[in-house]
Amino acid sequence: MNALDSLLNGFGTALTPVNVLWAAVGVLLGTAIGVLPGIGPAMAVALLLPVTYGLDPVAAFIMFAGIYYGAMFGGSTTSILLNTPGESAAVVAAMEGHPMAKAGRGAQALAAAAIGHFTGGMVGTILLVALAPTVAHLAVDIGAPDYFAIMVLAFIAVTSVLGSSRIRGLASLLIGLTIGLVGLDQMTGQQRLTFGALQLADGVDVVIVAVGLFAIGEALWVAAHLRRRPADPIPVGRPWLGRGDVRRTWKPWLRGPFIGFPFGAIPAGGAEIPTFLSYVTEKRLSRHKDEWGKGAIEGVAGPESAASASAAGTLVSMLTLGLPTTAVAAVMLAAFQQYGIQPGPLLFDREPELVWGLIASLFVGMVLLLALNLPLAPVWAKLLRIPRPYLYAGIMFFAAIGAYAVGGEPIDLVILLVIGLIGFGMRRYGLPVLPAVIGVVLGPNAEQQMRRALQISDGAVTGLVNTPFAVTVYAVIALMLAAPGLRRLAGAVRGRRRESRREGGADA
Amino acid sequence: MRLRTPLALLGAAVLVLAGPPLLSAGSDEDTGTRIPGLRLMVPNTPGGGYDITARTAAKDAKEAGLTHGIEVFNLPGAGGTVGLSRLVSEHGNGRLAMSMGLGVVGAARSNHAPKTLADTTPIARLTEEQDVVVVARNSPYRTIDELVGAWKEAPGKVPVGGGSSPGGPDHLAPMLMARAAGITPGSVNYIPFDGGGELLASILGNKVGFGVSGVGEYLDQIRAGELRVLAVTGPERVPDLADVPTLRESGYDVDFTNWRGLVAPPGLSDAERGKLIRFAEELHDSPEWRRSMERNGWDDAFLPGEEFGAFLKAEDRRVVSVLKELGL
Repeated sequence: MNALDSLLNGFGTALTPVNVLWAAVGVLLGTAIGVLPGIGPAMAVALLLPVTYGLDPVAAFIMFAGIYYGAMFGGSTTSILLNTPGESAAVVAAMEGHPMAKAGRGAQALAAAAIGHFTGGMVGTILLVALAPTVAHLAVDIGAPDYFAIMVLAFIAVTSVLGSSRIRGLASLLIGLTIGLVGLDQMTGQQRLTFGALQLADGVDVVIVAVGLFAIGEALWVAAHLRRRPADPIPVGRPWLGRGDVRRTWKPWLRGPFIGFPFGAIPAGGAEIPTFLSYVTEKRLSRHKDEWGKGAIEGVAGPESAASASAAGTLVSMLTLGLPTTAVAAVMLAAFQQYGIQPGPLLFDREPELVWGLIASLFVGMVLLLALNLPLAPVWAKLLRIPRPYLYAGIMFFAAIGAYAVGGEPIDLVILLVIGLIGFGMRRYGLPVLPAVIGVVLGPNAEQQMRRALQISDGAVTGLVNTPFAVTVYAVIALMLAAPGLRRLAGAVRGRRRESRREGGADA
Repeated sequence: MRLRTPLALLGAAVLVLAGPPLLSAGSDEDTGTRIPGLRLMVPNTPGGGYDITARTAAKDAKEAGLTHGIEVFNLPGAGGTVGLSRLVSEHGNGRLAMSMGLGVVGAARSNHAPKTLADTTPIARLTEEQDVVVVARNSPYRTIDELVGAWKEAPGKVPVGGGSSPGGPDHLAPMLMARAAGITPGSVNYIPFDGGGELLASILGNKVGFGVSGVGEYLDQIRAGELRVLAVTGPERVPDLADVPTLRESGYDVDFTNWRGLVAPPGLSDAERGKLIRFAEELHDSPEWRRSMERNGWDDAFLPGEEFGAFLKAEDRRVVSVLKELGL
């Protein structure tokens, strides 16, 4: 009950007119930043840090939290409409969202994403209030072998999004893994596939890969075909979610947080992997499997909800352990230190007003964001009425800005174009694009965690399976892999029994 | 007509994002120590150590009335060597400086970067921070001797976690420590983590034998009793941790301090160089900077111009000697 009292006090802090104003400023800025590709929430908070020195810490953090959540909301907008993810957590939204937008259901996709974010954020923040101390201490127990087990699980899950042709899907995954190899080897500092260019030493940012493969690849593809086909503007359909849509999305909205939240809380989690996992989960559970890849609304609702919940999870580790699990959390941690406040085990006792005010402001921000984004959805969707040549010119423009903004390096534009050409080639030969993006995210992570686990165990292979958590995950994987076989076996046994019974009946 | 709202929103967003940098780059009169249009480059990501140093310096300089505002921008990559190459290529630009530290010295060497810090104009060393040797509360090691004893017996079984890639400060400190304890640095099982988050979790969860990190980073966890400090790496004890011995007191001849400072592009005229050094001096003397140092737990380590240049060379030699021993 103590937490509830504190939370109510927090609402007292968060609902003062000035703090509501800062929350509103934060979510507006965050949405704008999320919509612009390339400038992620981490960069935005860092840019605004000096501006907020004049504010008291409570107001500043309420604004930062607004930016963080706002950017999560906004990131999916360009993903869905323009196939240009603004940040890495929004990559998956493009998979089903963009086909929906092309079919005239852009407003529905945006609404599903907005409500998904709202539910994810709400459930995530409630989990944050209820579980913060417990989750934080569990997060510390997750080590390299456990991460590697999760990565293996993610790789297995990926096989279900490989598309109709396994071999093409695997080829795409390999392209992604190869791009993921570029850069300094984390463990030894060796350069790989950098061709001596220092600019490549940190690897290729996943936003550049996603924008290149999705947006540039698509724009080139459309350009290559536009001459032959008349350019119809994309239809814009009904603005609101129908009853059928809601019936299909409410479960994904509610499932998302339970995938996203734990990933946000663990140190090497982040928002990308839970969005992938949510996507494949929803695909498996969907009753409309034929629609996947052509605009299944569940594929927007689930991942977006997971992304928002992971943001809430991030705050758990940051507030209770002083443990930054994402770039945004790292910048916010630095901001705390600027105010002479050290997040960590003592923060809840030392700065209750700040912490609970911040948490309460998350609820306030979420409501503001929903109120802002839901009415905007049909307005944004009308962007697609722009005739295609202009629309794709605009997409190329924003893609280029986004790629440049990630690192401020001209070479990123060259990389973007090269990856765009790869994307064009992949479309030409029918290779699905999503596995490549997943490869870029998972590959380096999996490699690093595996090598770290082996290094910690001083080279003993048992170091990969020496925790209960890892063993559990591998057991789940074994079950998943064995399930179709077992089912077939069970079916065969049942079939044989029926047969033998029939034979027995004939004999009698 | 229908496009007006989204376009207006986009326009507003562009203004909001592009506005502050454009405004802060506005010109002011070139008088006295003022350097109009001075820009500070940060060679790593927002929120990192060099970033906080640069942004704090920019803010304090403005508040102390030294300039009208300094634009801080990030050019991350390869442990700071991407920024270093850019700085060296800005030959003769007296309105640019880079926030850097020991990590850049190491990265330039371990990445075999074509440009090193010898190619830059040293302006000043600003701050320093000791490293701490920490273990979890429930770790079996209670003293530094117990730890080193176990470490010596089987270096591979006592993995060391640090927040920097090979060549960086958290990598150099345990290597120097190993050398002083009679352990071949090559046999040290060093595990790099990105930033402090995952590292902290690994220390708290006893995944690594011990961790090495800047003292400021984990002060709160230390005060809360979740982490135990076995030693500090610098020449003197840290005021905040008065009962923790230095490595040297414990019998290991190590003197290691991480530091941060400013360097400028090569090819500056004496006047331009003098102006930048004077700017650093005035920043250092300002009460605003003093307060910021205290708040961030940085130790004053001001060392201007030539002396900083000589110090850079000495640090470079030390890095090279450790890396050579490791075969990097």
